Amino acid sequence: MKPKVAFFDFAGCEGDQLQIANLEEDLLTLLGQIEVVSFREVMKEHADNYDIAFVEGSCTRLQDEDRLKQIRKNAKVVVAIGSCAAIGGINSLRNYKDLEGVKKTVYGENAKLFDSYAARPIDAIIPVDAYVYGCPIDREDFLHVVKSLLLGKKPETITYPVCVECKKNENICAFERGQFCVGPVTRAGCDSCCVNEGTICWGCRGFVDNPNENSHKEVLIKYGLTVDDAIGKFKLYFGWQEAKR
Amino acid sequence: MKNRNLDVAVHHVTRVEGHGNIYVNVQKGVIEKCEWSIPEAPRFFEAMVEGRSWNELHHITSRICGICSIGHALASLKATEAALGITISEQDLKLRKLALHGENLQSHILHLGFLVLPDLMGVGSVIPLASTNLPEVKTVLKLHRLANEMSTLICGRTTHPQRLIPGGFSKIPAMRELVELRKKLKESISSITTVAELFKSLAGKLPDFKRETEFIALTNPNEYALYDGVIASSDTGSAPAREYLAYTNEFVVPKSTAKWAKHVRESYMVGALARVNINYKRLSPMALETAEAFNLLPMCYNPFMNSIAQLVEVVQSVEDSIRLINELEAAGLQSQPEYNKPEIKVKAGQGVGAVEVPRGILFHDYTYNAKGVCTKANCIIPTNQNHANIELDMKALLPQILEKSEKEIELTLEMLVRAYDPCISCSTHAVKVNFAR
Repeated sequence: MKPKVAFFDFAGCEGDQLQIANLEEDLLTLLGQIEVVSFREVMKEHADNYDIAFVEGSCTRLQDEDRLKQIRKNAKVVVAIGSCAAIGGINSLRNYKDLEGVKKTVYGENAKLFDSYAARPIDAIIPVDAYVYGCPIDREDFLHVVKSLLLGKKPETITYPVCVECKKNENICAFERGQFCVGPVTRAGCDSCCVNEGTICWGCRGFVDNPNENSHKEVLIKYGLTVDDAIGKFKLYFGWQEAKR
Repeated sequence: MKNRNLDVAVHHVTRVEGHGNIYVNVQKGVIEKCEWSIPEAPRFFEAMVEGRSWNELHHITSRICGICSIGHALASLKATEAALGITISEQDLKLRKLALHGENLQSHILHLGFLVLPDLMGVGSVIPLASTNLPEVKTVLKLHRLANEMSTLICGRTTHPQRLIPGGFSKIPAMRELVELRKKLKESISSITTVAELFKSLAGKLPDFKRETEFIALTNPNEYALYDGVIASSDTGSAPAREYLAYTNEFVVPKSTAKWAKHVRESYMVGALARVNINYKRLSPMALETAEAFNLLPMCYNPFMNSIAQLVEVVQSVEDSIRLINELEAAGLQSQPEYNKPEIKVKAGQGVGAVEVPRGILFHDYTYNAKGVCTKANCIIPTNQNHANIELDMKALLPQILEKSEKEIELTLEMLVRAYDPCISCSTHAVKVNFAR
């Protein structure tokens, strides 16, 4: 029997589910292997009996916790897809700010109407079995995780930083170009895609396990950068992870 | 139907981007409630970018929406460039226009093929169509892939673009790659014709409904405006983009985490239909033929025709992209340094960026201090500008369909919402139908 699969979204841009739609012809192949029972963004039908739940987006308010817990109860396997679900993501930028002030900035005197708390990854609420990192997720990476799960294996997690892939791709180091990059402490698996396109690593896949911060500080000193520069860039995606350390 | 009681609640309307609800309550044939609300979790982007640097804002705000991330990045860059007094080259301008076409193609094809087509074919999603109508589904997928290839070629990837940076591009495609793209675009016309014929055969299923409203879109005397133009209203004339606040007048509605907007009437509409209505004369020849084939003529007040307007724009974007590549080829593509980083002098300032994205006119407005740190931001998203219009359409449509079954009423209202192609993650920086019985 084909495993039943469901997709859910919380606070996020739905860009990760879009990457799944973007599988194009591969999507047809995938649909031959699984039965999609819930995917609000593309289908009207919905069912609560599923084996694998893919969850996109951060949890940003109390009322979303019950929905997450119900998903956990219904599913055998829960997979966090994308930075917001996996690490808190760009939403956690607001965690550095006074939340009441943030609400006021956007909704003015009506701020009290809207409930919200610090943005967090879904594993802050429920246990998560597998992660697909990235903002957005990489289609190949997603397929790899799905294949592993279909084979009953736990997908392996990359434990080295983006620099490894970046070197292999023979990019000129962003620091050499006078830019600040968080590749040295960020989990790889993206094939250093942003640096390949001429920019920097922004840290969307979150801290690598055991980041070598001392070495990173040496890099900062070597290039005349300050810890403030580093902290500023860390805030983009690492907000929740930083607070937890 | 005088004694009809109806209580319909559609929680989280499907096949739209984000979460929205429809509530309908009819007591003895009298409509007590007909409401559109947005429960999407708010995301507070305007507050999140405060304190961030000018060279990060496009990266952060592209995350407002996965589907229109290129449009958000471009509106953001235009705002930053206006604030800091940065100009971009003619070549970069053309490449940015190509980027926008790539996204419009991708988004419109996704909406038409994956989200609207199932309603017209009487199924719940595109998945069963993969068995019953495989050739058509494959044609849609092929077009969608081409649009994505185009975005990848220009922007580095399809979602959350990397190459678009203040002052231009970090990396640009090679001319031979653009020539290859042009070849594929030309070849895609036969696929688009296939899709257009399919929609033509199903057009009778689009409800024949109209409600007069105001349309707002960018307009430009030289081209069908997407990247550049002034704000035009079908009611009041035009004004430069920096005067956007006089048009949008956003207000908070307690039932919705997304803000709503109105101009001279109780609501206005933005998006493909607004653009086609306002800029009909600037449509490219084949796009115009497509519009005529569907009898889409200005002013068209049927919101369900927004999907057809998107189809017209698919043709428009393909033709205009071919033109842009021809022009880039004729001028000779200028190379730029690897890891290009334009020299930018930071200064204090305020700037507005307005761009037509798949769902309508989008505004970003930033204020920077002398260090180039953002001190204030405002983003006005197309779907927010449509919420009031959606609800008023629902209120006008419901009495006309009250004799139908509850299931049909629900479907028709959902189809109305879907026609707007709402992008709710965007708008909260919202769709769901709740019938109350």
